[in-house]
Amino acid sequence: MRCRGSAVLSVGVAALGGCSEGVLDPQGPIASAEWLLLLNATAIMLVVVVPVIIAILAFAWWYRASNPRASRMTDENYEGRIEFVTWSIPALIVILLSGVIWIGSHQLDPRAPIASKAEPLRVEVVALDWKWLFIYPDQGLAAVNELVIPAGKPVQFELTSATVMNSFFIPQLGSQIYAMGGMVTRLNLLADRPGEYPGFSAMFSGDGFADMRFIAKAVPATEFSTWVNEAHGVGQALDLSSYSALAKPSKAVPPTTFRSVAPNLFERIVDLTMSGSEARTLSGSEKVGAAICRPEQQARD
Amino acid sequence: MLGKLTWAAIPFNEPLPLLSAVVILIVIFALLALITIKGWWPYLWNEWVTSVDHKRIGVMYMLLGLVMMLRGFSDAIMMRTQQAIAIGPSQGYLPPEHYDQVFSAHGVIMIFFVAMPLVIGLMNFVVPLQLGVRDVAFPTLNSVSFWLTASGALLVNASLVIGNFARTTWWNYPPLSELAFSPGVGVDYYLWSVQISGIGTLLTGINFVATILKLRAPGMTYFRMPVFCWTALATNMMIVAVFPILTATFMMLLLDRYLGMHFFTNDAGGNQMMYVNLFWAWGHPEVYILILPAFGVYSEVVATFSGKGLFSYRSMVLATLGICVLSTMVWLHHFFTMGAGADVNAFFGMMSSIIAVPTGVKIFNWLFTMYRGRIVFTTPMLYSIGFMVTFVIGGLTGVLLAVPPVDFVLHNSAFLVAHFHNVIIGGVVFGAFAGYNYWFPKVFGFTLDERWGKAGFWCWLVGFWLAFTPLYVLGLMGMTRRLQHIPDPSWRPWLLVAEFGAIVIFCGILCQIAQLYVSIRTREQRRDVTGDPWNGRTLEWATSSPPPAYNFAVLPKVETIDAFWEMKRRGLSTAEPAYEAIEVPRNSATGFVTAFFAVATGFALIWHIWWMAMVGVLAAALIMLVSGWSDEREREITATEIAQLERNRLVPGQPAE
Amino acid sequence: MTTETLDRIATAVPTELARGRGGGGPASKRVVVAYGFWIFILSDIIMFSALFAAYAVLAGNTAGGPTGRELFNLHKVFIETLCLLLSSYTCGLGALSAERRQPARFLFFAALTFVLGAAFVVIEATEFAGMVEQGAGPTRSAFLSSFFTLVGTHGAHVTCGLLWLVYLTAQVMVKGLTAPVLRRLLCWSLFWHALDIVWIGVMTLVYLMGVG
Repeated sequence: MRCRGSAVLSVGVAALGGCSEGVLDPQGPIASAEWLLLLNATAIMLVVVVPVIIAILAFAWWYRASNPRASRMTDENYEGRIEFVTWSIPALIVILLSGVIWIGSHQLDPRAPIASKAEPLRVEVVALDWKWLFIYPDQGLAAVNELVIPAGKPVQFELTSATVMNSFFIPQLGSQIYAMGGMVTRLNLLADRPGEYPGFSAMFSGDGFADMRFIAKAVPATEFSTWVNEAHGVGQALDLSSYSALAKPSKAVPPTTFRSVAPNLFERIVDLTMSGSEARTLSGSEKVGAAICRPEQQARD
Repeated sequence: MLGKLTWAAIPFNEPLPLLSAVVILIVIFALLALITIKGWWPYLWNEWVTSVDHKRIGVMYMLLGLVMMLRGFSDAIMMRTQQAIAIGPSQGYLPPEHYDQVFSAHGVIMIFFVAMPLVIGLMNFVVPLQLGVRDVAFPTLNSVSFWLTASGALLVNASLVIGNFARTTWWNYPPLSELAFSPGVGVDYYLWSVQISGIGTLLTGINFVATILKLRAPGMTYFRMPVFCWTALATNMMIVAVFPILTATFMMLLLDRYLGMHFFTNDAGGNQMMYVNLFWAWGHPEVYILILPAFGVYSEVVATFSGKGLFSYRSMVLATLGICVLSTMVWLHHFFTMGAGADVNAFFGMMSSIIAVPTGVKIFNWLFTMYRGRIVFTTPMLYSIGFMVTFVIGGLTGVLLAVPPVDFVLHNSAFLVAHFHNVIIGGVVFGAFAGYNYWFPKVFGFTLDERWGKAGFWCWLVGFWLAFTPLYVLGLMGMTRRLQHIPDPSWRPWLLVAEFGAIVIFCGILCQIAQLYVSIRTREQRRDVTGDPWNGRTLEWATSSPPPAYNFAVLPKVETIDAFWEMKRRGLSTAEPAYEAIEVPRNSATGFVTAFFAVATGFALIWHIWWMAMVGVLAAALIMLVSGWSDEREREITATEIAQLERNRLVPGQPAE
Repeated sequence: MTTETLDRIATAVPTELARGRGGGGPASKRVVVAYGFWIFILSDIIMFSALFAAYAVLAGNTAGGPTGRELFNLHKVFIETLCLLLSSYTCGLGALSAERRQPARFLFFAALTFVLGAAFVVIEATEFAGMVEQGAGPTRSAFLSSFFTLVGTHGAHVTCGLLWLVYLTAQVMVKGLTAPVLRRLLCWSLFWHALDIVWIGVMTLVYLMGVG
């Protein structure tokens, strides 16, 4: 019954959406599971919500003062049986939902690796102002604002930010996760089929936020190897100095790749952020102000 | 000499802010000129500015909230319009530096300077009257609270004219709000205006908890209090419990920004996640602080206009206290995506859905209050019914978001924006409007025009659904919030519908303005001579409209719930009671003067004008010394004067209490 | 309302109404003022709780700089604690003298309390100054930021309490121990004792656990 209801809901919502995109169009197991949860939870709640709304409107209409046929009551304002029902119904729904929440949270923990026969791909993600840097540590490659991944293979992300808080999100593949300075968060996603899936930051991070978009390109495994090989022959090397140039604030950056990556660059970026070399631009007076406020730091520098 | 303040702070080369600033300044000066010409200054000073009467303060809070709603709404229309235009290659008319300020200001103003003043205003006016007493526990402090709130509002609006506002969202998360990423004055405007008004709000919390628990009419035990007073109690207990957290959090961020400390910076060991936790430890209870008084309004309105006592008073009280306690245990649902792990996420998800239980019970109780009642569709009742339907859907989407894996794909999306506007507009704003229409005759002595009121309601209801249903859909389609321009042209039709909805809401606001204008013009036709225009149930309807300064010449003796209904049922005594002298608090300029120096100090701190800040702080200390010295805080109204006043206002059918 | 009027109303109510369910009518001014002030103190303690929470989170974030073990001088902390606890004792003796309408004795104990409180503030200020001189100021690390803020906020409260004590002493000398003055002294002593309780928390969670 619930599955059929969910199916009806699903079709209804998709039709409402006109086109299918974003959360309405899951393209991976994580996104599919989350979509199903959304539909199920909605269906559970609609079982109560729809009758309640109908009752509100029906009571309001039927018991209007001008209705001679309605029975009236003025004195009694407590009825134990109704009381029991009004507490039980929400309580039962909540108990049911709590089970859904507990199980769902554990099954869909972003940190949990996706069960698969295929070997996972590791990608390290750095949120910059205002673009995304993707490092492939095992392939020795990096890319900006374009994430090429093999379809059907789980991808293990490790994320950080070199600036302010951001949130890494590819709606069609599932969960988002925050990317924060000096810290590493983890996410696991998988794209079922080849395709191009829009991704962006879901946490406002400043003036260039609206352009902080990228495309996640899922390609067949062989095409992925081809891409890796081709990328090794093109573009700059990504070492600390080219990284510093990249980290300077810029908006709407077109996708590029880097032919090689300095070893442990990701870890070094995390350390760099923790030690404070990341401010966007301090004007002259702010630098002076900072010096007044932080004499110890100046002494250290 | 003037710190960071230079002529460059005034937006001479930015047409939009400059134009709005000029218009606002013209309106203000015209108003000041009008008051001067008409010689209204003594009246305003004696009757309003220095008044410590809870009724006057309540009206001033409502006025502040309604005026600031116009500012917040204009921000909303600007945002909707930008998002309707700036699609695909178009960048719209608001560059990011401005758009980011607009949405940040919109949130801050709507929460702190519209919703809070509206609910606090209603509680101020109504609670002492419903409790059957003469004023709150600390009337002078009440005045200070109001004027500090107004100070915060003034500072936020000053940022439009001098300098700019924060571009960091209404949450102000670090590291974005730290000096390294927001070196300008905007974040400081945000922090100081909210800090100052936060002190005012905390004082209100203390005031009302003391009032409700220690000052009630004789015989009014806890379970004979009106439900609105119970919700006011829960709200103010929450204010006392959580506003200090916000004060501490903003203090830490201010210390980072002003003294180079490292609470939340990326470097030297700062922890940005701690800010998020602290902010939402305040932030979630805050939204329940907003909704509980609205729930109280609905309880009063639905009971009155169904001609029936509220269904199951006790479970209403239990549900209210349950919400009060539970709301402090759910804050992490605002950042499930921060990566706390499955156990933590699941716990907070479960706690968040548990809150649906007492809320659902309340909806059922209102439903069964209507059951077999005699329902009259006045404007307040329409808002209540509109609320019940709208809020239930908003609650559904809220519980949906409480499921962490679902939140993982909906967090910070347009779906979230639609959800919280659903519950805040459908719950808090409709409640404020219901309360405004319901208690207006008590405040001013005449009812509001029903036709314009109903027109306003329908515009708000339809406009709300038109404006926010598209956002639910867009969130599911992958649109995140706070976008200055829209990447996907297929979203255009939805955004146009949303824009149209905002325009319909604007029509609703126009209807409300028309309602006020027409009501004042034709007030003699709708005079409330009995003090009880709705056949009410609670004690505020036992006074004249408007009530005398002392509220009740003789404090009523309460023996049941719905004390006034019981009094009417037993028949009204016509014998004149033995009057005694009443002491009422004197007016006090303390509130206004405190606020003046609060604004000066805040402004000085924002612009780093250190000498002016010192002067402000010293002045505040001086005010406390001066006002803390005098013992002559009250003046007496003699028994003869009271007898005279009461005789003049008594009409047949009016209980001589 | 005057206390007398309220008292009259309160006694006019039948006792069954007043029996412990809050039906006794409006409380007297002294009760209401003390109650309101208690609620204020509760809110202040919540603010301190937020600062304690911040300290707990950041205590380990020394960013390669000095730690509590290196910086804290437990002897000084012991003396500070003694000063503050003793000042609570003298505050209590002063409150008793005030209740018994003995202005001279009250002034004596008020002066003692002030001296002890001032000693606390001076010792703490020198501690802070010493730390800043060593390069362990509040801007050095998150740990130090939270230390200075938590302990410093407490110290600022103590300082305000001392200024307030001077002010109230002036009121006693000019107006005598009238009912309003007694109410304010009650509030002040509640404040002072609450600060003592917060200090116990600071001493334990910051200093003892920081060194241990």
